[in-house]
Amino acid sequence: MTTHRDTLLLANVSRRHVLKGLAASSALVIAARWSPLLADDEASYGAEAMPHGWVDDPNVFIRIDEDGTVTVVNHRAEMGQGIRTSLVMVAADELGADWQQVKVEQAPGDEETYGNQNTDGSRSMRHAFDPMRRAAAAARTMLEQAAAEQWQVPVDECQAGVHVVIHAASGRELGFGELAAAASQLPVPERDSLTLKPRNEWRYIGRDNVADDVPLAIDGEDIVTGRARYGADIHLDDMRYAVIARPPVYGAQLASVDDSAALEVPGVVRVVEVPGVGQPAGFAPLGGVAVIAENTWAAIQGRDALDIEWDLDAAGDNADYDSDAYREALEQAATAAGRVIRERGDIDAALDQAEQHLEATYYMPHMAQAPIEPPVALARIVDGKAEVWAPVQHPQAAREGIAEQLGIALEDVTVHATLLGGGFGRKSKPDFMLEASYLSQALDGRPVRVQWTREDDLHHAYFHAVSVDRLEAGLDTEGKALGWRHRTLSPSIASLFAPDPEHKQDFELGMGFTTVPFDIPAMRLENPDASAHVRIGWFRAVYNLPHAFAIQSFAAEMAAAAGRDHRDYLLELLGPARQIDPRDVNDSWNYGEDPARYPIDIGRLRGVIERATEAAEWQRERPAGRGLGLAVHHSFAAYAAVVFDVAVNDAGEVTIHSADIAFDCGPQINPERIRSQMEGSCIMGIGIALHSEITAREGRIEQDNFHQFRITRLSHTPHEIRVHLINDDPELALGGVGEPGLPPVAPALCNAIYAATGKRIRRLPVGDQLAG
Amino acid sequence: MVTLTINGRQHELDVPEQMPLLWALRDVVRLTGTKFGCGIAQCGACTVHLDGEAVRACVTPVSQAQDREITTIEGIADDAVGSRVQRAWLELGVAQCGYCQSGQIMGAAALLKQTASPSDEQIVEAMDGNLCRCGTYSRIRQAIHRAAEHGEESA
Ligand code: FES
Ligand code: FES
Repeated sequence: MTTHRDTLLLANVSRRHVLKGLAASSALVIAARWSPLLADDEASYGAEAMPHGWVDDPNVFIRIDEDGTVTVVNHRAEMGQGIRTSLVMVAADELGADWQQVKVEQAPGDEETYGNQNTDGSRSMRHAFDPMRRAAAAARTMLEQAAAEQWQVPVDECQAGVHVVIHAASGRELGFGELAAAASQLPVPERDSLTLKPRNEWRYIGRDNVADDVPLAIDGEDIVTGRARYGADIHLDDMRYAVIARPPVYGAQLASVDDSAALEVPGVVRVVEVPGVGQPAGFAPLGGVAVIAENTWAAIQGRDALDIEWDLDAAGDNADYDSDAYREALEQAATAAGRVIRERGDIDAALDQAEQHLEATYYMPHMAQAPIEPPVALARIVDGKAEVWAPVQHPQAAREGIAEQLGIALEDVTVHATLLGGGFGRKSKPDFMLEASYLSQALDGRPVRVQWTREDDLHHAYFHAVSVDRLEAGLDTEGKALGWRHRTLSPSIASLFAPDPEHKQDFELGMGFTTVPFDIPAMRLENPDASAHVRIGWFRAVYNLPHAFAIQSFAAEMAAAAGRDHRDYLLELLGPARQIDPRDVNDSWNYGEDPARYPIDIGRLRGVIERATEAAEWQRERPAGRGLGLAVHHSFAAYAAVVFDVAVNDAGEVTIHSADIAFDCGPQINPERIRSQMEGSCIMGIGIALHSEITAREGRIEQDNFHQFRITRLSHTPHEIRVHLINDDPELALGGVGEPGLPPVAPALCNAIYAATGKRIRRLPVGDQLAG
Repeated sequence: MVTLTINGRQHELDVPEQMPLLWALRDVVRLTGTKFGCGIAQCGACTVHLDGEAVRACVTPVSQAQDREITTIEGIADDAVGSRVQRAWLELGVAQCGYCQSGQIMGAAALLKQTASPSDEQIVEAMDGNLCRCGTYSRIRQAIHRAAEHGEESA
């Protein structure tokens, strides 16, 4: 069987070329130019507002071969969330393709062609669903037109069925493959002429299990047979293997290196200095010394044999960074007022009048994303053109960075995104890819793979920001909340790109802090200063984690002080079902989404609480030493509530009997993968609550590997995780999935520990705080 | 020269005897299904079988793997237990990113060879060293039970 892909490409004069011409313009210009379908919407929200916006050209995303094989191009990074499967489900349904004849192809990094590709912020389906549907509907329309022309009948008598176009009146049909060549000659139909399939014609979208009850998983076979290709699985002839010794303190520089012992290690071929940029590092490499070898093991051994002096003065006070002392300093700073972010009523008067005054300070440490696949990248340069293979969340940033680094045009940099062995935010930063391209250049373009070890990954992560949150509340005689004061302190991710602003940015505060949904007469939200001493970066769910931990723990403390049932009290704090415009609570960000389409919906928050508590049989009495804990959180345009049922024994060991997770992300495109994201969030959140912590002393990270940076294992997995998906309502706007399940997990678990033991955890991780 | 028998085939490798099997498999033989996650036997991503037993390839020098049958994820489908594990994994959609799953499957297959129908406790004992950052553990546990059931059906 031979196929002639190129000639059968559904090609015509496409918007693609026009888009290319607009490359120099801002994303907004592109968005405004290409959004007639969404003319009613503001042009500055959602996918429209992302760099390079969206593209819905069928020629970009869908290809049909003569044998009927449909290839769908996926432009988003696959890191376990299942987007390669889910987006193909969308295309297959709208096109009318049969799953058995559909393949997926991974797009290289090229936002001018594909639209925004930064796989971050739980945005992939939220932003790609509509454009992919339109692309597939356009391709279907072109197939129908090709059939109509061949049969010489009106096009409205021709209808796509499953992988065929049918002329019902005459009973004739032609397969997609038979029509592909003719269809490719047709113009792409106008966007507003397209008819999208009604929901009841979907065969894959929204279904948990199809095809013999085996979940659709486009890479499933490859994964279980070891054929799936991740970052380190690409091989090129003559390639070299590199590991790099990086400065142990953020901002430190190389002073001197003695590489004589390293060069004696069998298999080591060269030692190359890698320049660093100092601070702020942005996405640039930290610099250091690379050992280049014939295999990874030789490179690792060679690095061990390097004798390096670092210039710590270049790091300034980062060299004194001590995370314990820093926590104490932030806790102290939290006792004084800070920048006011939001204010309602007179907080001082409310706290003065209160019958009971509560106060608590919560702490969440640094963490590393620690995907099991550490950063790795392979680069080569041929004839002035660079090519890189890597597990990358944000290929465009990598491309731009490499073009700048090598002084070549963007078009001369190709970034191939492999599967990601987990991302969690780490792989949205292309520093490791820039290391590879730098070394390839140093080796005259020879292919070089830079492999990070686990030690590298933990020592040089873009760390989750440490956070101190101090809360105060005043309750009246009945326990009702009169006042709420919250001060949050964390270093900002902005410190990575610019001189440290020393306070959180709007988008960071907008992650559950500014947007706290409680209906309390007096509220004051403040953000005192905090500075960064390590690279700070995005970690799955980002600042929602500490905000949700503090707010949801404190709400439980308030309920206990009021002598009330936690669930009832939480519902009362939220108040009646209503929609809040984020702008009305001083949040200008709203995850980049239109506040009119994506309000903060109190009814949906209440809904997930009710569903999770009902499933967990909240009212049922538990024996001593056993307890239920609840937390709820809104983030990334979705709503999640978690109830844990735990037991704690006399030795302080926690057994997690069950987790009930209620989740509302609106329309459910691939419920099976939504469920798996909730399960995964639950597991990751348990680790955040119980074990995970990165600490620093004298500016150096103390954890070397997984025996010290502890993540959840099978032994701490709940005996049962039950996921309850609600509100699959087509009228709702799509919500995120990858991140919003995580924030409520740690507070729910700590609330359960409190219910079981009476011991309140305010400092994460729990560690040995329950012992004795 | 080191001679290794991998998935039933002999390979002559010109590598130092202390080279960990992981890097010999990945960089020299170019069987990349076996993954690197920690390098110090703390994650299980590199799990392979030596004579049917699960070992961590990252801390197993090639010298110790000579004269033994090495099975990697690429060869596990030829094993009846292994292929049942793969099937159960697909039926339950275990994998998320998939990176740890070679090691998980090799660990599960070794367990089921020893204990045809393991309890939850036995599963924890055998599999607690196989980390998964995506958090697929509850499906892993279910899939091991499912593979055991498939074994009973075919027995
Ligand atoms: S790489 Fe061998 S156990 Fe982690
Ligand atoms: S599936 Fe991603 S690490 Fe296990």
